[in-house]
Amino acid sequence: MKQVIFEIISNEALTKDVYRMVLAGDTSAITAPGQFVEIALPGKFLRRPISVNDWGENSLTLIYKVVGHGTEQMALFPAGTRLDVLTGLGNGYNTTVSGDHPVLVGGGVGVPPLYGLCKALLAQGKHPAVVLGFNKAEEIFLAEEFRALGVQVHIATANGSVGTRGFVTDVLKALSYTYFYACGPLPMFKAMETVVSTAGQYSMEERMGCGFGACMGCSIQTKSGAKRVCKDGPVFPREEVFF
Amino acid sequence: MNTKVSLCGITLDNPVIPASGTFGYGYEFAELYDINRLGTFSFKGTTREPRFGNPPPRIAECTSGMINAVGLQNPGVEAVISRELPRLAQCFHKPVMANVSGFSVQDYAYTCQQLDAQPQVGWLEVNVSCPNVHGGGMSFGTQPEAAAEVTRAVKAVTKKPVIIKLSPNVTDIVSIAKACEDAGADGISLINTMLGMRIDLKRRKPVIANTMGGFSGPAIFPVAVRMVYQVSQAVSIPVVGMGGVQSAEDVLEMMLAGATAVEVGAANLVNPFASLDIVNELPAAMEKYGINDLNEIIGGAHNG
Repeated sequence: MKQVIFEIISNEALTKDVYRMVLAGDTSAITAPGQFVEIALPGKFLRRPISVNDWGENSLTLIYKVVGHGTEQMALFPAGTRLDVLTGLGNGYNTTVSGDHPVLVGGGVGVPPLYGLCKALLAQGKHPAVVLGFNKAEEIFLAEEFRALGVQVHIATANGSVGTRGFVTDVLKALSYTYFYACGPLPMFKAMETVVSTAGQYSMEERMGCGFGACMGCSIQTKSGAKRVCKDGPVFPREEVFF
Repeated sequence: MNTKVSLCGITLDNPVIPASGTFGYGYEFAELYDINRLGTFSFKGTTREPRFGNPPPRIAECTSGMINAVGLQNPGVEAVISRELPRLAQCFHKPVMANVSGFSVQDYAYTCQQLDAQPQVGWLEVNVSCPNVHGGGMSFGTQPEAAAEVTRAVKAVTKKPVIIKLSPNVTDIVSIAKACEDAGADGISLINTMLGMRIDLKRRKPVIANTMGGFSGPAIFPVAVRMVYQVSQAVSIPVVGMGGVQSAEDVLEMMLAGATAVEVGAANLVNPFASLDIVNELPAAMEKYGINDLNEIIGGAHNG
């Protein structure tokens, strides 16, 4: 973990309420895809946890959905705004156990961290496929960015406006893969449990206090005892998660 | 310039103490900075048996503060002694404040007795004020007789200084503090969190799964200053002040109100370096206000 002042380079809407913020600053504390950062916002007491979409030397990309007052505030920040950020939080995905053909499964605002994961897996010479679930065509984001990486992208929409009508599970049923990585809402994970055939990792979400393991605000029960989503997670192996 | 103070006979290099529940068992903060720079810290509230605590969500944002309803999650006193304290010993070389909670007088006595026997422990901070558990915690701290009974039971089985941590969710905190002093307490710490709640407008339900929780952060600082001021004038044992402290100036204000040492809570959760920053800022703040020795200002705002 590191406390870093970042400067916003750009902050643009990808859909009606999903934004991409590109920041410049020291990213050396980020060590794995699936980690997150915590942003201090003026007038707000607690920091806001946001997953890392992508990072490079001195460059950090976050994709966030406006869901409340804090993210509303973030969406209004112009380029040049400086933000106090704790970086390199959480464990991130373990990419060493995936086999050659992992599948990356994202639901809605759970999609962003899978992009950094996809790049990491490709860099290891693996052949990931991506399954993205959205409610409708207007809510789709990042699909083109994944295609630009040269990976196969499957889309499911609840209303059938793009791709498979239904959910990520309707796509997953017909795929073969060596391992899975998932990020999305808990109901999506529960549905996945009925169709997945391999080991995998789920990125869990819980309301956080500190974001770095001090307050126990985000604890969940797992098969290996109580775990802090912010510090022991957010990524947990499938076999540890209770459904 | 002197920042040393004496708390129940043990010298602190400075009066800054991260509060229980915001600092774990310390060693994780030691990855960020040398925690020996602190006066000491109060470790995570420990109970006789392991506890998971309350269901999530346990956290709510508030204006200038937060609500938590963690509910005393901890591994239990046995694991604290066998696992947490040895890990702490590798990075912290000062006496630590052991925070204890319980669900019966016997629980408190048992857990305190176990921790009293640990050489690393300097003080026992007995939490009779947790608002997040039923049938325990705060129920002992809202009646003078019950608080005194816990104090007596703990004192009977321990040798180290016993500091009773009080709840602000009472009509007369002074009478409770005096009852603890009369029962043999060596110090009083206050305030624990204030009972609060938030409601989610979209779901039309409480934000916190446990409905209510403990409100902390800078919003409660004036309440804490007032209660430290009242209690410290009514008792002759040291008072540890806490509640919304987030700067060296807040530490000075708490000490003028009557605190011998000052705990820093919610601020640690927003800025992991908050307590260290306060230690670092203290000499400059003392200079700014013409303070040469912190001991000069303890209770300096009292009448007469």
